[in-house]
Amino acid sequence: MEISNERDGGTLIVHAAGRVDGSNSQEFQDGLEAVIEDGDRAVVLDLEQLSYISSSGLRVMLLIARKLQRQQAKFALCSLSDSIREVFEISGFDRIIPVHASRSEAVSAVAG
Amino acid sequence: MTPVPHPHKILVVDDEPDVEPLVLQRMRRSIRAGQYTFVFAGNGVEALELLRQEPDIDMVLSDINMPQMDGLTLLDQIPKVDPNIRCVIVSAYGDMENIRTAMNRGAFDFVTKPLDFNDLRVTIDRTLRRVAEWREALASRDKLVALQNELDLATKMQQSILPTRYPQASGFSLFGHMEAARAVGGDFFDIMTLENGRIGMAIADVSDKGVPAALFMMSTRTLLKGAAVGLADPGAVLREVNDLLNDDNEASMFVTVLYATFDPASGELIYANGGHNSPLVVRADGSSELLRLTGGIALGVVPDFQYGQNSVTLEPGDTLVLYTDGVTEAMNSAHEEFGVERLRAIFASGPPGDSRATSEAVFDAVHAFAGDTPQSDDVTCLTLCRSESGS
Repeated sequence: MEISNERDGGTLIVHAAGRVDGSNSQEFQDGLEAVIEDGDRAVVLDLEQLSYISSSGLRVMLLIARKLQRQQAKFALCSLSDSIREVFEISGFDRIIPVHASRSEAVSAVAG
Repeated sequence: MTPVPHPHKILVVDDEPDVEPLVLQRMRRSIRAGQYTFVFAGNGVEALELLRQEPDIDMVLSDINMPQMDGLTLLDQIPKVDPNIRCVIVSAYGDMENIRTAMNRGAFDFVTKPLDFNDLRVTIDRTLRRVAEWREALASRDKLVALQNELDLATKMQQSILPTRYPQASGFSLFGHMEAARAVGGDFFDIMTLENGRIGMAIADVSDKGVPAALFMMSTRTLLKGAAVGLADPGAVLREVNDLLNDDNEASMFVTVLYATFDPASGELIYANGGHNSPLVVRADGSSELLRLTGGIALGVVPDFQYGQNSVTLEPGDTLVLYTDGVTEAMNSAHEEFGVERLRAIFASGPPGDSRATSEAVFDAVHAFAGDTPQSDDVTCLTLCRSESGS
C-alpha cells in the first residue's frame, strides 16, 4: 500500500495504491492523516491504483470523512475500479462519501 | 555504550573495606559522567537484601570468599530475587576451580584480582549491554504475549456468541458455520425464533479486529436479538440497532448486517440489508439470483437512517445462502478472488437440498479454490433450505 499526494490549486489530492486490509489499515490511516493538514478545505482521494479494500479499510475512510467533516472540508473519491466501486456500493459508503468517475470531476465538486 | 538517560546501577559485593573507596576513586570519571552508579555490600546476605530494596540494580560484581554468604551461594540466590540480573565474579588469579563453579552457576563473566580497572570497565559495559538486550527481548515477548492474549480473548468471545442449536421443524432446515481467520475476526451469525412461527436470521461482519471489535460484535448481536423480538419488520430492526450503535461509537466501528425473517408456512422471506453482501437464492433447478440490495448503509455509520426491506418467496426446494465477504473475497495463489460467480457455479446442477450439505459445499469449494493461500478474513455462511413439498 502506497500513499502519495499533490496539490491542485487549493485541493489536496491523495493517491492510494495497492491493497488495504486488516494487516495495514492502521498504516493507511496514519498515512492519510499525515498528508491531510488541518487547514485543508478540499480533499480528493484518488483510488485509481487501489486494487483491494477490506472493511477495516472502509473504517479508515469513515474516520477520515469524519475528520474532514469536523474541519469543514469537502471530501470526494474518484477513479474507483469496478471491484472497489462495488465494495462502496454494497456497504452503502457511496452514500456517505461522494464518488466521482474522474479526478477532474471530483476536483471541481470539492473546489470553491 | 550508547548514551543512556540514567546511570547504570552496579552492586559491588566484597568483604574487604578497601574495595569501596578504591572503586569510587578509579571509576570517578564514569560516575561523574553519569554512566555508572555503585552500591556496596559486605557479603551475600547484605547483597540479597540490597537487591530486594533496590530493584533498579542492573548487575552484580561479587567476590567469592566472604563471611555469612559467599559469592558462589549468592549466585544461586540472585535469580530468586531477579532472574534478569547478570553477575560478574571476582576471583583470585588462577583459581580455576572456583571460576568454573561460578560459571556453571550462571555467572556472566569473571575478572581476577588484583583488579585491572580498564578490563573491568570493558567487562561491565559488555555485561550491561547484554542486560539491556535481554530486557528489550523480554519487553517484546511480553508485548507479543499480551497481543496474543487479546486475540485469543476476542476469538473466544466471537465463538461464544454463535448459535449451537437450530430450530427443528418440518418444512425447512437451517445451518450456519464460521471459519475464523487467524488474528482477524469480525463475522458472526444468529438465529432467532419469532412470533407466529417465523424465524429471524442475521449474518454480520464487524469492520475491525481485536477485543474492541469483539465487544462491538457482542453489543450488535444483543441489540439485534432485542430488536428482532420487539419489531416485526427487518427494516425497522436494522434502524433501531443502527441508532443504538450510533449513540456511543467514537471508534467509528461499523458492522454490515443482513437480517431476514422467514415464514416456513408461506415461504415468504423479508430481508433488510445494512451494507452487507447480497443473499443468493438458488432455485431447485440450479438457477440462482442475487437478491436486490435494499440500499442500506453499514450499521454504526449514519444515525436516523431509514432502512428499506424487500420480500421474496422461497418455493419448496429453494435454498437461501447468506455469506460474508470472506467467501467471495477468498483468494487463491494467483491473487484471484473466489467471487459470486464461483459461488453460483457450486449449485449449477441443483442445490443439495439440505442446509448443512449446502454449507459444506460452499466451504469445500472455497477451500479447494484457496489451496494453500492463507485465509485473510473470516469465512461465514448461513444457509436455509425450504424442503420439497411433502418431505
